[in-house]
Formats: sequence, structure tokens, C-alpha cells
Amino acid sequence: MATPSSSLAVPPADAPRADAPVTGTSLGKDAVKRLRKNRLAVFGFVVVCIVVAASLVGPWIIERATGYTYDYIPTDPSLVNAQPPFTAPDGSFSWMHPMGTDDAGRDILARVLLGGRISLMVGVISTFVSLIIGITVGATAGYVGGKVDEAIMRGVDVLYSIPYMMVVIVLLAFFGGRSAIGQLVLLFIALGAVSWLTMARIVRGQVMSLKSQEFILAARATGVPASRIILRHLVPNTLGPVIVYATLTIPSVMLLESFLSFLGLGVQAPLASWGSLAADGIQNIAVFPWQLICPGLTMAITLFSLNFLGDGLRDALDPQMRKG
Amino acid sequence: MARFILRRLLVIVPMLLVVVSLTWGLIRVAPGNFYSGEKKLPAAIEKNIREKYGLDKPWYVQYGRMLSNTARGDFGESLKYPGTTVNSILASTLPVSATLGILAYLLALAVGITAGTIAALKQNSRADYASMAAAMLGISMPNFVLGPTLVLLFALRWYWLPPARWDGFSVHLILPVLTLSAVYMAYIARLTRSGMLEVLRSNYIRTARAKGLTERQVVMRHAVRGGLLPVVSFSGPALAFLISGTVVVERIFALPGLGNYFINANLNRDEPLIIGIVAFMSIAVLFFNLLVDVAYAFFDPRIRY
Repeated sequence: MATPSSSLAVPPADAPRADAPVTGTSLGKDAVKRLRKNRLAVFGFVVVCIVVAASLVGPWIIERATGYTYDYIPTDPSLVNAQPPFTAPDGSFSWMHPMGTDDAGRDILARVLLGGRISLMVGVISTFVSLIIGITVGATAGYVGGKVDEAIMRGVDVLYSIPYMMVVIVLLAFFGGRSAIGQLVLLFIALGAVSWLTMARIVRGQVMSLKSQEFILAARATGVPASRIILRHLVPNTLGPVIVYATLTIPSVMLLESFLSFLGLGVQAPLASWGSLAADGIQNIAVFPWQLICPGLTMAITLFSLNFLGDGLRDALDPQMRKG
Repeated sequence: MARFILRRLLVIVPMLLVVVSLTWGLIRVAPGNFYSGEKKLPAAIEKNIREKYGLDKPWYVQYGRMLSNTARGDFGESLKYPGTTVNSILASTLPVSATLGILAYLLALAVGITAGTIAALKQNSRADYASMAAAMLGISMPNFVLGPTLVLLFALRWYWLPPARWDGFSVHLILPVLTLSAVYMAYIARLTRSGMLEVLRSNYIRTARAKGLTERQVVMRHAVRGGLLPVVSFSGPALAFLISGTVVVERIFALPGLGNYFINANLNRDEPLIIGIVAFMSIAVLFFNLLVDVAYAFFDPRIRY
């Protein structure tokens, strides 16, 4: 929190230097130190980095190395449903398809990496959408207060008790399926629009506790307009908890997206996400189980890591919220 | 208390109105119709269909009719399955979804509270770390991965349990219920643990210990009641989650529940069926939230309505 220093009488430049230099420690440094001590969070961070890097450059590397892209269908029928790790046409060991191929002969690793790209993108962008809505609503309610606050927070309470998944399903079933890109944009908006409620509550609480402090009073006294106070003075100070909550929103949005894609309402072919890959894989589960296990396990590990990272960040940045 | 319940019951009406109107509006705004298929219908046939279903009337007449249907609890006939009323579809699918959901939630409560309490009592022990890691796994594992994996192991490899299908209240339910409840077990275990940890450090627990109660009495009689508050407040939103969970689980295990009908109704633009399911689910969620608030007052005597 940016509380202005109260030692105005002694300007820092003239302050007497202590004999032994005391190195100060900032909130950020403290947090990083605590985060690094949390082994699970570090593990989560490393895995998330690997998954992000792999889905960014992986498809390119695979194309260079084996000539496969996510939608390349080979002409050789013996490569259909190839089993990992024995994936050469004659059944001998080969690194061609580390995750095998699907029932069209497409390389599953390439598809999982593309799915990762899409799933992560949906997670991040939808979370960003929910951030914007949540911060706007929460900051307005908290800053204006009174009747407006009452009305907005009542509205949020009402929205909490709506089975929003049904609304998302209705939305996607009716307006989806036109084009692959349009579907993605629809997903971003729909998922962002249903996951901002808690964010709004958090921001509102923060703003309410900040707005009575001196620096806001000073800003108001010098005639700064309300919109500018909210944007420049209040919102930056709420970012700590907001970032923590956003890290935890990403995996939950990714999970929602994968549900929708699993049901055939999310990402449309030829694109793929982990949910739609699992839906494809489930068709052949009895005979070719790797077609489900490979994308499913990748997704589970990624979400696991994201959750650990988010938990660790929360503990590191917000020591009061640590339990035990 | 009675006034509070009455007020909350009255609030259900406008909220139901909002949800139903929103859904109806979406159906109207969306392109396409329940009769529009691959081929374009001849104009005369289309006109007849529109007349038969009253689609030629002005929008406020149709809206009013939908509202009065909802108010009477009679949603009319399905458009895609002619001759079948929405109410009969609800009556046949609801038991499936409800059995699944209730069993899964009860199982989650039993396992989650036990694991969470043990973890809190033995904080930083092996049991604590193990159950919290398992809980994190449960939260991160999508149920469409967990379900098929269970099927693969228990049904297709070891032949212990049937893989799918609905057969009433039988062994067929074990795998779907396990799949559905995993996430809730995990959430409830985490919530119980943090709630209990906070309560165990409070003064009234120290008092209880000081007056010489056994550890068992301290936990069962005093700590649990306060420590479970987060679990109680989680139960409200949990029902909304449970609905989306059942949709997926019904798809995996080929169960004839509400979820599958709901998806198909949406894809078919089957207006009465969509409105019927949405209205029904909303009422269920709203009632359940009310129940949770009442339970809250029971668990925490400081709360007065």
C-alpha cells in the first residue's frame, strides 16, 4: 500500500547515515522471498513456464522436425491410431509421435500443443475481460458508495445465484458455430462476463478501505476528478489482491472452457482445445486410451501448477490471508 | 426469521422473471429457428408452421404467453419432440440428475469434512500435506478426464463396475457419483481445513480446553460448528456448479438426465423445453440459496435475520 511517509520534517537527503548500511526490504522483495521458499509454488511456476513455452514454439519445432502440423493428415493408413511410444509404421520404436496419433493419423502432440495455445489464450484473455468488468464495477461501487453501491452490490448478489453455466450454454448454442475466430471471441466474452463477480467484490472492499486515506483526500482537495482518482490513485493500489485472484481465475476459466469444448459448444474444428481433444479421445477410450489420456493429463498438470502458483502467490503477497 | 424467509421467497419471483426473460430474449435475438434445417422450407409451409405455434403474433403476445405458462408451471409441448410435454420430460429426467447430484454432494460433504478436519487437527503433518495435495489434484482434474480414467480402470480393465448407462439406484451409479463429487470433496476439504484452523485458534476453544473437555468434545461440540461456516456458504454456489458438472457427467456416462436434454434443446432451439429447464433450475438454485442462509443462522448463532 502506498501510504505516504509521515517524516516530512527530515528530508531523506539530509538524513544522517547509519554506520552499518541497513538494506531495506520492499514488499515485493519480501513476497518473492516467501514465494521462493514455497517449493510447490516454484514447481508450479516452472511447469507453467514450460507449458507456455512449449505451446508457443512447440508446433513450429514439430513442423521442422517431423513435418507434422496440427491438421496434417498423412496418406499412409498404417499411421492411423499409432500407439505411443512405438509409433513407426512397422511397430518399432520411434520418436515421430511421442503421444501417438488420432483416428485421422494426426500427431496428437502437435494437437495438444495447439490446444494448449488456445486453452491458455482463452484463460488469459477471458480473465482479462473479467478483470476489466470487475474492476470497473467494484471501483465504482466502492468509491461512489451509498445508494449506488447498495444497488450494484445487490445486483452482484442476484447474479451470484443465477446458474450462469446455463446462460453460457444458451449463448454459445445460439450465437456460436459461425466461424472459428468468431467462436473464440464469443468464448472470451461469455466466460469473462460470468467470472467477474468475485473480482468486483474484492476491488470494492479494497477501494472502500483506501478511499478514506489522506492521499485520496489530498487528491480530492486539489480538484482531481472522480474518474481520475479511481483510475490513477485507487485502482493501482488494489492491484495486489486483484493479481492474486486473477491467477486463480485463469485455471477456473480454462476448466469452464474445456467443459464447453467437451460438450461441443466451445472451440470449433479444425482448431482444438484440451476440452475438445478429450471429447475426441473419449470416443476411442476402450481401444486407444492415449487419445484421451495425453491431452487430459497435460491439462490436469497445467491446472494443478497454475493453482499451486496462485495459492503460493496469495500466501506470499498477502501474509494475513495465510492460514496457519 | 419468518419474515426473512417470506421476503426471500418473494424475491424469487422477480429473479425468476429476469432469468426467464433473458433466456427468452436470447432465443428471439438468435438467428435460426426450430424448423430451419438444411433445406429452406417453402414459404407456405413456413407460414403454416408459424401460425400453428403462434409465431406470427406480435412479440408481446408471445412473451405474455410464455410468462403465463411459466407462472402456471405448464410449459406446453416440446417443439422437437411433438406430443411430449415439457413437464413429462422434466418428470422423467429430473430424478436422474437429482439422484446423481444429491449423492455426489453428500459423499463430498462426508469425505471433505473428514479429511479437512483431520488435516486441520494435525496441521503440517504428513496427513495434512497428503490430503491437501489430493485436494488440489481434485480441483485441477477436469471431470471429463477423471470419469473416463475411472471407467478405463474399473470397468474396462478390472471389470469391477459397469462402465455406463442408467439403471436406477444401483452399482451403475458408483462411477458417475465418484466422478462428479471429486471436485466438491476437494473444495470442501480445503474450506473445512482453513475454517477449522481459524476456529481452533479462537478464544472460545481455549476456554473449552481450559475447562477440561476432552479433545474429542472440543472438536465435535465446539469447533466443528464454527469451522464449517465456510462450507455452508460454499453450498449455495456449489449447486450452480453441480448443474454444470452433471451436464458433463451425464454425457460421459450416457445418463438420461436433464443436462443432455438441455444441450440438445438449445441446439434444436426448442423454446418451451429451454424455458422449462431454465425456470426449473433457477427455482431450484434460488430455493437452495435460501436454505443455505437459514442453515447459516443455525450454525452461527450471532447471525440474526
